[in-house]
Amino acid sequence: MRAITLVLTLAVTAIASPGLHADEFTPEDLARWQAQFEGVVAEGRALWGDGKLGRNGVACGQCHPNAANTHPETYPKFQKQLGRVASLWEMINWCLRNPLEGEPLAADDPKMVALLAYATWERRGVKLEPGKH
Amino acid sequence: MSRQTRRSFLQGAGTAGAIATLPLSLVEVAFAKPGQNFTFAYISDSHIQHVEGSKFVRNWDRGLIRAVAEANLLQPRPDFVMYGGDLAQLGTKAELDHGADMLGSLRGKVHHVMGEHDYYLDLGEYWSKLFGPQWYSFDHKGVHFVVLNSILTYDEWTYERWPSAEQRMLEMAGLDNPNGSPFMVGDRQRAWLAKDLAKVAKSTPVVVFSHSPLQKIYKGWNFWTEDAEQVQQLLAPFDKVTVFYGHVHQIQYNQIGNISFTSAMATAWPWPYPETYAQAESHLPKLTVHMNRADPFFERDATGWQFIDVHTGRAATHYNLYNNKVRTVAFDAASGRPEDTAYQAPGARIAPQSHF
Repeated sequence: MRAITLVLTLAVTAIASPGLHADEFTPEDLARWQAQFEGVVAEGRALWGDGKLGRNGVACGQCHPNAANTHPETYPKFQKQLGRVASLWEMINWCLRNPLEGEPLAADDPKMVALLAYATWERRGVKLEPGKH
Repeated sequence: MSRQTRRSFLQGAGTAGAIATLPLSLVEVAFAKPGQNFTFAYISDSHIQHVEGSKFVRNWDRGLIRAVAEANLLQPRPDFVMYGGDLAQLGTKAELDHGADMLGSLRGKVHHVMGEHDYYLDLGEYWSKLFGPQWYSFDHKGVHFVVLNSILTYDEWTYERWPSAEQRMLEMAGLDNPNGSPFMVGDRQRAWLAKDLAKVAKSTPVVVFSHSPLQKIYKGWNFWTEDAEQVQQLLAPFDKVTVFYGHVHQIQYNQIGNISFTSAMATAWPWPYPETYAQAESHLPKLTVHMNRADPFFERDATGWQFIDVHTGRAATHYNLYNNKVRTVAFDAASGRPEDTAYQAPGARIAPQSHF
C-alpha cells in the first residue's frame, strides 16, 4: 500500500512539474535542439568554405566539396601514415596544418565541433563502419 | 639557374630514373602513315592561388612546377602543349601572371583553354590579353583541333545577379556552391563551331578541348555542360572524335556514339568521384575505372598531367598517378571505346580503385 502511494505521489509530482525528469521532453524541446544542431552544421558549412580557417586562403571545400572523401563513418580507424588509430578530428587538424598552412584546433573547440558536425551531416544515412579502409 | 643549366640538370635527373616515374597521361592518336603520328602534352587545373604580396599557395605552385619540369623532359619532344584551363584560382592578374610565368618555362608552343576560375572575375579580359582567343581551331598533321570556352553560363547570372565581380568569381569558384550556375558553350559559339566544322572532311579526326566535360555527369559540382547534347550533335557526323576536358581533377573516360571522352587530372589537387557524395545522384560514365584513392599525406598523389600520343585519329591515355600504379586508357578498336589496358575487367581491379 505504501509503495502504491509512493508511485502515485511521484506520478502526481511528474504531472505537476513537467521537465524535472531528464527523459521527458516536448516537441518544442525537439525543435529547439534540432535548431541548435542545424545551426552548428550551418556554421561548419561556412567554416568549410572559409579561406580564413587556415593561413593561405585555402578552404576545406576546395578538395572536399560537400565534405566528400572525408568518410566520417569509418573513424576511428588505423591511419597507416600515423601508425596508430586516429579520430576524424585529428585528420582535420592534419589538413589545417598542411594544405591550409594554419594552426590545429582543440578537439572540443567549437569550430572543430562545427566542422565535424558538417562533415558527418553530409554523410548522413551511410552505415557506420569504424575501422574501414 | 640559367635556362640551359636547368634543362641540363633535368635531363641528368631523368637518366637517374625520374623519367621512369613520369606522371604521364599518354593519349595516342595514330594514322595509317606512321610519319603522321605525333604527340602533345596536356597540363590542366593548376589553380594558382594568391595569398598576399608575392606569396602564392606553395602546394599548387609545386604541382605546376613539377608538370612543367616533367613535360620539358619528354623525348621525343611533343609537338605542342595544351593547357586545359583553371590556371588561376580567383582569376586575378597576380595569379594569371604568376601562372603564365611558370608556363613560360615550357619548351614549345602552348595552346590555352579557358576555365571558370580564369574567367569570372573580369570575364576573361586579362586571360585573353595573355593567351589569345577563347575559342579557336587549328589543323595539325591531319587532325582538326577545336578549342571551346565551355564554362559560360546564363547572361542573367553573369551580368545581373552579383553586386561585384569579386563576388561573382567567389560564387562560381565554390565547386559545391548552390549559388553557382551550370556551364554552357552557348548559341554564339555553337554557331561558330558549326561553321568551323563545315569545312572539315568527315573522315578527318577531330579533337576537341573544353574545360568542362561536354557530357552530363553531376550538375551539383558542374561536372556538366548544359548544352552538351547540342555540341555532341555537331560532332556526330565525324568518323573519329575525341574530347579532352579538365575541371574534374580525376580520371574519367567515356564513349558516346562516335565521341571518345578523356579527362585530365589536375596539377593542384584531386577531387572525389561524385558518387562519394552520399546525398545526390550522379552519373559517372560506367566505363570509367576509378582513379586510386589519393593518400592525403602525400600532397602530389592523384595529381599529374597528361602526355598525348596521336595515332590513327584515336587516343590512348597513359595516366601516371604519383605514388600509385600507372594507368593506361586506350581506344580499343574491337570494342569501339576507350578502355583501361590493365584494370578494365572488374576482376583485374585493385582495392584503391573502389571509392566509398
